[in-house]
Amino acid sequence: MKIAFKKTLQTLKMSLPIMAGILMLISLLNPLFEIYYPRIFTGNYFLDPLIGAIAGSVSFGIPVASYVVGGELIKGGVSLLAVAAFILSWSTVGLVVLPLEIASLGKKFAVWRNSLNFVFSIIISILTILTLKFIL
Amino acid sequence: MVAIYFVASIFNASLVLNSLEKAFQTFVKLLPVLVLVFGVIFVVNLLLNPEKIKRHLGHDSGIKGWFFASAASVLIVSPPYVVFPLLGQLKEHGMRYSLMAVFLGNRNVQPAFLPVMAFYFGLPFTVVISVYILIFSVLSGIIMGKVMKESESIPMSDVAGIV
Repeated sequence: MKIAFKKTLQTLKMSLPIMAGILMLISLLNPLFEIYYPRIFTGNYFLDPLIGAIAGSVSFGIPVASYVVGGELIKGGVSLLAVAAFILSWSTVGLVVLPLEIASLGKKFAVWRNSLNFVFSIIISILTILTLKFIL
Repeated sequence: MVAIYFVASIFNASLVLNSLEKAFQTFVKLLPVLVLVFGVIFVVNLLLNPEKIKRHLGHDSGIKGWFFASAASVLIVSPPYVVFPLLGQLKEHGMRYSLMAVFLGNRNVQPAFLPVMAFYFGLPFTVVISVYILIFSVLSGIIMGKVMKESESIPMSDVAGIV
């Protein structure tokens, strides 16, 4: 019980400053860039998730941080299609931490897995939006 | 972050004040969700430990291994700099590459964080994308198993158990 509480407290200590920092950064950047979002994210079924997946791939962290960023981007006018790919590649593709993955799990595994998850993040985002359009 | 805000305030103080106010409002709205999130994380930490995971993800884990890899990745909340060394350690203990791929592919479906996803994107989106993530993580595991030329021997007892 004590160990579980300690571990939770550690996660809390690690997550809260990251989330607060991201919220502050996005709140500052969104007003500056949101006029460009509609021009970049036009609702194209291939380009939007591709851009979203590239943006998510260069950043990597706990998934919850990407939800905060994605949620704020949607408010700024970015399409859900792009944000879905963004949150997926954020936690499954990590260019920044690729050296760490290579060191821990090997080069072949790391390169193949990241490439595969990059493609999958685009496919899943498209399938998700199509499914939502179909059922809602 | 303080430095960025300080520099930005020199150029546009009102933008900085509005941004701070907006960030604070969003954070306050998120607080009840975060209480729930950390409650779930506490329960998971109470029930799971690395030794239990090690026992279920070895070479002979069979179909059960796929289930445990999915369950472990869904339940464990860790940043990448903790996840990779942990998986490296599990690999030394015989964890299969395919299960590692499943583990890493599922990191978005964490019950602890799903309330935050639903808060921002709605419940239908959260459910649909979670189902696709689970399906594609298994697909990724199968492909990675083939790429890494892993011998896929699933004990018949496991198959019988599932059927």
